[in-house]
Amino acid sequence: MIQAIVFLPLLGFLIAGLFGRVIGPRPSEFITTLLLGVAAVMSWIVFVQVGFGTGGYKVVLANWMTSGTLTVEWALRVDTLTAVMLVVVNTVSALVHLYSIGYMHEDPHRPRFFAYLSLFTFAMLMLVTSDNLVQMFFGWEGVGLASYLLIGFWYQKPTAVAAAMKAFIVNRVGDFGFALGIFLVFVLTGSVAYDAVFAKAAPLASQTFHFIGYDWNAATIACLLLFMGAMGKSAQFLLHTWLPDAMEGPTPVSALIHAATMVTAGVFMVARLSPIFELSQTALTVIIIVGATTAFFAATVGLVQNDIKRVIAYSTCSQLGYMFVALGVGAYSAGIFHLFTHAFFKALLFLGAGSVIHAMHHEQDIRHMGGLQSKIPFTAAMMTIGTLALTGFPFTAGFYSKDAIIESAFASHTPGQTYAFLLLVLSAFMTSFYSWRLYFLTFTGAPRWGHGAHHNDHAHHHDHGDADDHAHAEPHGHGDHTPHESPIVMLIPLAVLGVGALLAGFIFAGPFIGAGYDAFWKGALFTGKDNHILHDMHEVPTWVKLSPFVAMVLGFALSWLFYVKNPRLPVALAESQPILYRFLLNKWYFDELYDFLFVRPAKAIGRFLWKKGDGAVIDGLGPDGISARVVDVTHAVVRLQTGYIYHYAFAMLMGVALFVTWYMFGGAH
Amino acid sequence: MSSHLLSGLIVLPLIGSLFILMMKSDEAGLRNIRWIALFTTLATFILSLVAWNKFDPSSAAFQLVEESSWLSDKITFKLGVDGFSMPFILLTTFLMPFCVVASWVSVEKRVKEYMIAFLVLEALMIGVFAALDLVLFYLFFEAGLIPMFLIIGIWGGKRRIYASFKFFLYTLIGSLLMLIAIMAMYWTAGTTDIAALLKYKFPVGMQTWLWLAFFASFAVKMPMWPVHTWLPDAHVEAPTAGSVILAAILLKMGGYGFIRFSIPMFPDASVYFAPLVFAMSVIAIVYTSLVAMMQEDIKKLIAYSSVAHMGFVTMGLFTLTEQGIQGAMYQMISHGIVSGALFLCVGVVYDRMHTRDIAAYGGLTQRMPLYAVAFMVFTMANVGLPGTSGFVGEFLTLLGAFRANTWVAFVATTGVILSACYALWLYARVMFGPLEKPSLKNISDLTPREVGLLAPLVVLTIYYGVQPDPILDVFAAPTSALLQQTQAALAAVKTAALTVQ
Repeated sequence: MIQAIVFLPLLGFLIAGLFGRVIGPRPSEFITTLLLGVAAVMSWIVFVQVGFGTGGYKVVLANWMTSGTLTVEWALRVDTLTAVMLVVVNTVSALVHLYSIGYMHEDPHRPRFFAYLSLFTFAMLMLVTSDNLVQMFFGWEGVGLASYLLIGFWYQKPTAVAAAMKAFIVNRVGDFGFALGIFLVFVLTGSVAYDAVFAKAAPLASQTFHFIGYDWNAATIACLLLFMGAMGKSAQFLLHTWLPDAMEGPTPVSALIHAATMVTAGVFMVARLSPIFELSQTALTVIIIVGATTAFFAATVGLVQNDIKRVIAYSTCSQLGYMFVALGVGAYSAGIFHLFTHAFFKALLFLGAGSVIHAMHHEQDIRHMGGLQSKIPFTAAMMTIGTLALTGFPFTAGFYSKDAIIESAFASHTPGQTYAFLLLVLSAFMTSFYSWRLYFLTFTGAPRWGHGAHHNDHAHHHDHGDADDHAHAEPHGHGDHTPHESPIVMLIPLAVLGVGALLAGFIFAGPFIGAGYDAFWKGALFTGKDNHILHDMHEVPTWVKLSPFVAMVLGFALSWLFYVKNPRLPVALAESQPILYRFLLNKWYFDELYDFLFVRPAKAIGRFLWKKGDGAVIDGLGPDGISARVVDVTHAVVRLQTGYIYHYAFAMLMGVALFVTWYMFGGAH
Repeated sequence: MSSHLLSGLIVLPLIGSLFILMMKSDEAGLRNIRWIALFTTLATFILSLVAWNKFDPSSAAFQLVEESSWLSDKITFKLGVDGFSMPFILLTTFLMPFCVVASWVSVEKRVKEYMIAFLVLEALMIGVFAALDLVLFYLFFEAGLIPMFLIIGIWGGKRRIYASFKFFLYTLIGSLLMLIAIMAMYWTAGTTDIAALLKYKFPVGMQTWLWLAFFASFAVKMPMWPVHTWLPDAHVEAPTAGSVILAAILLKMGGYGFIRFSIPMFPDASVYFAPLVFAMSVIAIVYTSLVAMMQEDIKKLIAYSSVAHMGFVTMGLFTLTEQGIQGAMYQMISHGIVSGALFLCVGVVYDRMHTRDIAAYGGLTQRMPLYAVAFMVFTMANVGLPGTSGFVGEFLTLLGAFRANTWVAFVATTGVILSACYALWLYARVMFGPLEKPSLKNISDLTPREVGLLAPLVVLTIYYGVQPDPILDVFAAPTSALLQQTQAALAAVKTAALTVQ
């Protein structure tokens, strides 16, 4: 069964990718969606079997590579952690496939789109079922490729191409660390397979390793290098810049890859490698600091963004920070639980946003929306559910998982936990604020769209590429149509995810982080013997338990005041604090900073080495200099009639002749 | 001694070129010439498969050995293969038919001479990898450059004279030094038989000089930084098939030289000079990747990326670890397929537009979807994406480097970031964006002939990314034999280091 789950999407990719042009868009959509649907159903079966039944197993498919003592297998490892990921990945992927049938219905390149979606799913499944670090790296880079292809799906749009490249390259910076981490783990333990590595991990805590001139604690440096990979893939602070730009891709892609699944791969990685990470307090502290900083940073930027997708993208970034804090304090299951619930409500929010964008004929600026509640009531209702779940309204999915993280941050004894606790509560307040801001600006108040409201936005509209190449481009004008509710294939996924966003927390809190912990995880997550965080987090003071709720209510109230009661207030605030406002609007100027620090210097150095290094120095002193002298001499002394080429051939033969002469004179007896 | 398979492999292309020599250059004759060339290269490939079938990869010894008297009783015409050389012979014979097909329509002048040059080149390259006598090796090694000079110099682009001249100057100095070293080896060991020389222990002081002399020749061929500047010019001027062979096979002769001569025959010197090689390798990786990024000519960009990839090879070889050496060998085979394919891809658009200027292209995906797929696969292999053959070599060499020296691995691993930068930027500029240039509006997608050229390479690139063991296993036996041989030298160095401490 697990083979079918993993390889059905690959089959879908091959069919739609190789024969999509032959069989046409409709069959391509149908086949890929059907295969994913089957895989999703089977994933739930595996989830129940493994999580609530017998436990995990492993299927070896083939050998991958062997070199000396290094052996790498293609294998599928199924335990509770994998089963959770299978459910998340295949459920969201199947729903996104279905949704895309509606969302992309005017795009001429649908077979390619569905092929990419299935390719992505396959790579993600290889990642979560990996049994060794190298196969994880395969899935890791594979999802990176699929993400690159899907962000750049509308390849005629320069911004999309730039965003795709940025995503791939920034991820490669993380992968640089990940690769070094794999090498180090192999050098330290002599293996890359999880079981063998974990079996030999314990002594690493007290071992030192000499790496680039410093003596490091072996466990710490291994964890930090691996975590660098996680930072790239999960868009953590400093390596986050690609995620907002990735919104250039079609919205279903944002829901699947840049919200529910791929970006959580870093969280999965740390949880999977918990037996190593548990060994290094230092590394865990770094994770806490990075996670908390990301949660806070992204939330601040999310406060002022105006593009509906970018607001949700920053929210994703922020929520990933929450997950990392949970991992850092040792509450791995809480992090995975938040990953699980977040997949439902964030995919819901993105697909809901897609439905809004679809309704508004590809308008994405929330300043040009408003009053959509009556036009697209179903979407509005689903967005309400998603927003409630994200902000942690009691008994929705986010309430269980997010509050658990904040409580565990408080209860932890790992250095950095106070910093994390404060920032996370603050972020909960901001999350509530920007989520409701998005909701109010989009769905309530007076419409800011329609006749003459924003004619100057037509330019934006054309950015999507050639008119004939892109869904919803030319035939509809802006504002000529009233917003319309999306077709049923787009609404079904919203409904399913809506149910998940409401109930996933309530149903699964017990097994994930509560009383059923041991029976459910069966050792898939490792916790050291001094790690009592899952027990301690239930015994925090009442004010701590209430703090995220209070933060949420305050955020909602402020948002209501700003965007419903008195809409002039935010404008006035922005005008009174222009520096802060622009700092946030420009995302703390990270893009500009990186451009200044890395992009431009790299180009300048490249050009310098080419023109001056290769050109002036090496060629100037080497062949060109020598040839200039040789030419001088030849011109003066001999003028052979043949072309240059024959000179060289001749000279070659001279070498041979020289040798033969030497032989003739008795060099070789 | 009964087998004459290897000499058959060398002679077969020569026979083909004799046939071509007898053809007339009228229209029917030209057609015949092309078909004879294709048939000859295919037959050679099949014969090499026969040889491969008789080859036992589990043994580290030389196989299919044949020997006949030649210059003297000590310098003989001796051929044979082991796990290091056999894959290169297969790579050569495999790629040759692609070169003939790639030149089918694009070469119009002096077709007869062109095909003869290619067939002679094939014979000589097989000779390089099959020679078991040092003098014989030297002859093949040097003579192989003559047809390459001619291919660049006659069928090349505008600055072909400058390019071949530059190539010549670089090669000349290295070759002369190697010739002197060969003489010195003969005088010391009393034989030029490679198998015997492998067992001979040269005095440590002499090893140093011999190593440097060989290094001068092989480093130019690789090419290693800073003697790499001939390669971009040679590539730019060479016709498509010339670039394919240059990148896929000729560059590998340097790496083959290191593994066949430098490391096993001069193990002490190899250990002694490893830091120098590491330094030159990581500089090559970072330096040429940055330079590649700024190129304005597609072929130059790929040429510079080849230098970077060869940096991984030299780094891996001198780590003297299983992973490093096997990875380096794998990287050479993989690079042979991938860079060859990339140059074929450039040839496809060059044949249509007659320019290699990156700025002249843009948005080709819209008109050339099949081409976009093939080019994407090879770009990703060039970037070293897991699942393509490019990953295996890079991964193993870096792993070996990490075991040898973490600084080297640290700097070299930045290559995975830089390669993504230059390769994806190239792809974006050529293939993505709007199709605006009027000259490109009617560009056509791959012809069936071009699909036939690129499809097998796509399949191999992915297959060997998922299942590299068939090739890695061939390297396994000679690698462990080689490491045993160098172990003593390594141990000596370690003892010395301990004494110093």
